[in-house]
Amino acid sequence: MNSDSLWEVFINACLINNFVLAYFLGICPFLGVSAKLETASRMGVAVCVVMLVSSICAYFIHRVLQALNAPYLQLIAFIVVIASTVQLVEMFIKKASPTLFRALGIFLPLITSNCAILGVALFQTNKGYDFIQSIVYAFGAGLGFMLALILMAGVREKLALARLPDTVEGTAISLMIAGVLSLSFMGFAGLG
Amino acid sequence: MQPEKPIVIRKEVVRRGSADEFLKGLWRENPVFVQVLGMCPVLAVTNSAINALTMGLATAFVLLLSNLLVSCLRHYIPPQVRIATFILIIATFVTVVDYLIQAISLEIHKSLGAFISLIVVNCLILGRAEAFASRNSIGRSLLDALGMGAGFTFALLCMGGVREILGGGTLFGVALFADNYQPWVVMILPSGGFFTLGAWLLLFNRIKQRQQRKQPRLQARLQEMGSEQ
Amino acid sequence: MKIIASDKQPAWIVYRALVGVGLVCALMIVSVFLLTLSAIEKNRSEALAQAIFTVLPGANTKLAFALTGGEHFVVADANTDASDAEAVIHAGYGAHGQLIGVAIEAQGMGYQDTIRILYGYIPDRQVIAGMQVLESKETPGLGSKIETDKSFLKNFSQLDVSLTAEGSAIKNAIVAVKPGQKTEPWEIDGITGATISSKAVAGILRASTRRWIPLVQRHLQVFHAAGEAHSDS
Repeated sequence: MNSDSLWEVFINACLINNFVLAYFLGICPFLGVSAKLETASRMGVAVCVVMLVSSICAYFIHRVLQALNAPYLQLIAFIVVIASTVQLVEMFIKKASPTLFRALGIFLPLITSNCAILGVALFQTNKGYDFIQSIVYAFGAGLGFMLALILMAGVREKLALARLPDTVEGTAISLMIAGVLSLSFMGFAGLG
Repeated sequence: MQPEKPIVIRKEVVRRGSADEFLKGLWRENPVFVQVLGMCPVLAVTNSAINALTMGLATAFVLLLSNLLVSCLRHYIPPQVRIATFILIIATFVTVVDYLIQAISLEIHKSLGAFISLIVVNCLILGRAEAFASRNSIGRSLLDALGMGAGFTFALLCMGGVREILGGGTLFGVALFADNYQPWVVMILPSGGFFTLGAWLLLFNRIKQRQQRKQPRLQARLQEMGSEQ
Repeated sequence: MKIIASDKQPAWIVYRALVGVGLVCALMIVSVFLLTLSAIEKNRSEALAQAIFTVLPGANTKLAFALTGGEHFVVADANTDASDAEAVIHAGYGAHGQLIGVAIEAQGMGYQDTIRILYGYIPDRQVIAGMQVLESKETPGLGSKIETDKSFLKNFSQLDVSLTAEGSAIKNAIVAVKPGQKTEPWEIDGITGATISSKAVAGILRASTRRWIPLVQRHLQVFHAAGEAHSDS
């Protein structure tokens, strides 16, 4: 059992150990979907939702596997159950709210196999969080992801207007910006 | 005499092809520097050369075995469930690697942490299974996996080496400089990973551009030489 | 007929593929798990024993104790089910089965992420005799000095945690002070450049000793008895 307070868990997941800027999880969408502010914020919301869903799944999978005494199935169970749950959520949203589906829908299948999603499941299990802590952790991680994505998109929108040497265009300059963002997020260390 | 000739030629073609299958992953289609795939481990576990090497080898191992199995089973897997089966196969081998590393050394397992399990979502492995192993023979899939795995390990070592030398003044734990070397700590920190990868990509972009710029000039000169003769 | 057959065929193939691959994967995972199990457990117990004997100088055998019901310690060996225990601590014994001390694991928030430590408590002298960082992600070269810095680790070779007269609380709580300003036996000299990390270690120790030391002291007899029984057998 982990005795960290909920505030510590939240700040830790959201700022100090930001999933993108400190753990490097979910770099692909971070670099791929951060060109426009609007897409970035939608993607961020979608990631938040999926993280919450997968965190709840992961908590119960972990409990079931503990009861069955089968730790070796953990990884496979996480992957399979999270992927199928996200599919279910997607279908449900499609039926229940077509507008919401149009806003988030295309991102959902994209992020199912995202390392940030599996990362939440694995880290909360490794740290031995209980149910409430897990949910707070997932929520913090999702918000942190969204924050990083939106910050990045803001910078890149400005960057589109700047004149760059063509050697640095594309991934190279994005990585450099991410480095500076990561450097500034280091200032949050020690908050918890 | 006559029927032998085409056979020799065909053999040569195949041999060149298979060497190329291996080499393309190392350089021309390097998964990290050219295709920019599997970024998470490239940035996360390269704060020392030894971590980078272990991670590279573990990934290469999973890549090799999953390519082998996918290629073996490629005629039996219907297209509707192919991604699901590939993920199942990859997750199996990742679990296997996880236990093997734990059995070899707990220290290494601790320093890589959850990133071993995260090999499962490395797009490189699923990408190779889908794009190559499910369409090619076992031999070629193995060569492809070896090349890609070696290329990935090489790229990780490039990252880990630079970061460890600059950030700690050591390489594989061996001190390279005298005691008064001030380590550049930022390079081992997360932001150092972004900077190092950015710098490597810059270098590769530069090489690519120079080659592209050279090519027309080279062709023009060849044409000139031809016309002079 | 033909339509039924062509409809049936793919379904059958899909099932065959999924079940077949599932079986192969399950077989592989379980066999590797069973093959590596002994090696992994040996590695784990060696690492644990090494850590315990470092924080309890002089000890060369150990026994695990599980805390149950918030108040009772029972020997936790392979036969007992440790899943309902709230926590497990380890007692270290000398060559003749005499109790050297108790090794306790503690964790708390550091500068960067959770720090996990193991410390050894010597009941005879009521001091902490050693501390080892089991896991930390502190800044390399700065905060990570809590694992390696010799003068910092020396703080924990004789750290006073003596109890009040009635034995329910610690007389002087452990505190971290500025580097080189340690005057009392319950103070810890911090590290230059790693102030927060060294304070975090002190805080983790303070919280953990407050809970554990009075508890261990009350039940010392259990640890002594288990050691004698162990060396007799």
